[in-house]
Amino acid sequence: METTETKTQVQAAAPATPKPAAVKPAPKPAAPTAPAENEVKPIEVEPSALRKEMERLKAEDMDFLECLTGVDWMEEGLGCIYTLTSTSTGKVVHVKTATLDRENPLLPSVSDLWAVANIYEREVFDFYGIRFTGHPDMRRVFLREDWVGYPFRKDDETEKNNPLRMTNEPLADDTEELVLNADGTVTSKRNTIFADGDYVVNIGPQHPSTHGVLHFRVALEGETIKKIDPILGYIHRGIEKIDESLTYPQTLALTDRMDYLGAMQNRHALCMCIEKALGVEVSDRVKVIRTMMDELQRIDSHILFFSCLAQDLGATTAFLYGFRDREKILDIFEETCGGRLILNYNTIGGVMHDLHPNFVPRVKELIPYLRNSLKELHALFTGNVIFQNRAKGVGVLTKEQAISYGCTGGTGRAAGWHNDLRKTRPYAAYDRVKFNEVVREGGDSFDRYMIRMDEILESLSILEQLVDNIPEGSIQEKMKPIIKVPEGTYYSAVEGSRGIFGVMLISKGDKSPYRLHYRSTGLPLVAAMDTLCSGSMLADLITIGGTVDYIVPDVDR
Amino acid sequence: MAITKKPVIKNIPYEEFKDNETFEKLVAELNQNGTNVIVSTLDDLINWGRSNSLWPLTFATSCCGIEFMAVCAARHDIARFGFEVTRNSPRQADVILVSGTITTKMAPVLKRLYDQMADPKYVVAVGGCAISGGPFTKSYHVVMGVDKIIPVDVYVPGCPPRPESFLYGMMQLQRKVKAENFFGTTNRKEKDPYEAEMETKNEQLLNQQEEA
Ligand code: SF4
Repeated sequence: METTETKTQVQAAAPATPKPAAVKPAPKPAAPTAPAENEVKPIEVEPSALRKEMERLKAEDMDFLECLTGVDWMEEGLGCIYTLTSTSTGKVVHVKTATLDRENPLLPSVSDLWAVANIYEREVFDFYGIRFTGHPDMRRVFLREDWVGYPFRKDDETEKNNPLRMTNEPLADDTEELVLNADGTVTSKRNTIFADGDYVVNIGPQHPSTHGVLHFRVALEGETIKKIDPILGYIHRGIEKIDESLTYPQTLALTDRMDYLGAMQNRHALCMCIEKALGVEVSDRVKVIRTMMDELQRIDSHILFFSCLAQDLGATTAFLYGFRDREKILDIFEETCGGRLILNYNTIGGVMHDLHPNFVPRVKELIPYLRNSLKELHALFTGNVIFQNRAKGVGVLTKEQAISYGCTGGTGRAAGWHNDLRKTRPYAAYDRVKFNEVVREGGDSFDRYMIRMDEILESLSILEQLVDNIPEGSIQEKMKPIIKVPEGTYYSAVEGSRGIFGVMLISKGDKSPYRLHYRSTGLPLVAAMDTLCSGSMLADLITIGGTVDYIVPDVDR
Repeated sequence: MAITKKPVIKNIPYEEFKDNETFEKLVAELNQNGTNVIVSTLDDLINWGRSNSLWPLTFATSCCGIEFMAVCAARHDIARFGFEVTRNSPRQADVILVSGTITTKMAPVLKRLYDQMADPKYVVAVGGCAISGGPFTKSYHVVMGVDKIIPVDVYVPGCPPRPESFLYGMMQLQRKVKAENFFGTTNRKEKDPYEAEMETKNEQLLNQQEEA
């Protein structure tokens, strides 16, 4: 049992730093001659030509803005890297733009081409102070409105300018839009978020059904939702910024703490990104172990999704049943990784420990057990009239909206968008297993719920195929004691528990990253809440939020 | 009078707890001025009831909150200790379990939640983040420990703490409640910030009335 001391300061558990396995100087891995598999060579565009280029790409069927990374290149300027994907052909294009003006950096907005760009650009404004002309709502998104400076700029004095403010945070009812006139001048215009006559209700940040500390300002018309304005950042921990001062093995520790129900997959993505950038090929055994762990994590996440949704709708029994089953998975994790929730398992070039001897028998036990108890969960909850009435036909997201908002994962698949990376860009051992991508057409809350329940079955089938075929091999490649990623820009993504989780890594050849950006799975989902909920009843906000399934620390990072 | 109050938890021997000194100090302080036998007997009864029905506020900001849910659920079952009545409103809660990172944007909200709770109230800092900022000590947006903004009664270390440590921490809180006076004192840990203000206001009112 761990100790707890009263009134005595106890030192915090420091995150376990993964040790590089090789202590002896290993023979240098041959320098990769070919460019790294995941290196990106963005098309470089001047800010003035950006609009045209983006419109051209959009017309060329690049309809999904996967990721938007703000970067401070110092003398090369402030700018962004846009990652665009075509949902029909799967082609990926990166576009880079930068402005040299540090005093008043301006870039053209693309928020009218891709809906999700709205929130991404606000994020870039918040962190780098780049303002986007034509963006309808240029407010900060994570930090307080009275925050001074832009913390992600390399020359910002964040701590000095921002003492702990204990006053209530100001929330504006109107916002700024910069209009780029034909003659090249920029004028400012005010847009209203909530008009004077609007009846605005605050939900959160302390609310049991917002799944963390999320704050919605909801304008109501009677009981019908007119507009939602999400206020984020109550759990913005600045992970990406901290990463810039950590060594590569240290950065891994924080990935588990963003989307803690996708801890394995997040860390998998980062490890994969660094490994590919280094040109390291992990053993077959590691690939299979990672795949299995990812799937266990997915089941864990989906069961928790079920439990929380049930709890939010008042079905406490279903919550308890869900957690009963989840504990079985946690037991498996605990034996092999040592942790229950924060697992710290993947390392650069392998995994931390070999599988526990009980792993295989436990997984074999788990598969039939879960198949059975899923039936129980369905019997308890799915058929319930109250739930059916509150979920069917509520909160509909069409396929076009899902793509435009970048709602990946179950939310997108419920609207008929085939976006499962395990199928479209297979990684690890997903190319050797057979499974179905669960897709439905309705796009309502019920479909989103059913997708997740059905995905549990698919994950079980993946586990079943792999559990008897775990190849022998080493669990950790020999790595240099100090890992330095060669200079360049790299992007890798995995299918997380709730969508595409991407890692954009910019290295200058040092032992810590120059910029590390995570494509959060949840941020697009929260951005879509306004569209999802408008016209629904206030009580449906809870069902919709529950089925969309965002994790707030992953949204805020 | 000898120390009679001993914060005892049924079925767990007193010696098995760590940090008994803190409690002995608390009890010694209580006994300094001598105890009234009747009041202290009544106290024991009330505290027995209070310590076994601590209602936590449903408050979780991040990872540690998921472990808190696991503690509430079937396997660990905090109902065994009387903590299962989680309240969504701070007005009805006795204890706030700060599970998760507290950012500077959240800090005023947390303080307000704490202020809204009725006395006697308790705070448990759960996890490295709530104790000292945990893995995010380098961050520009994290409060390095909630004790910077609200007084903390029990610290539960871990990242996240195991459910067992949660329960152990809650038992420590029970022991603390048992070692308190209920009658004759309020269990305030800080001065009422509005007391002085209220007094001056009252005085003004009285003066006005007198003048009228
Ligand atoms: S202590 Fe660890 S588990 Fe708890 S909130 Fe902080 S990072 Fe998450």
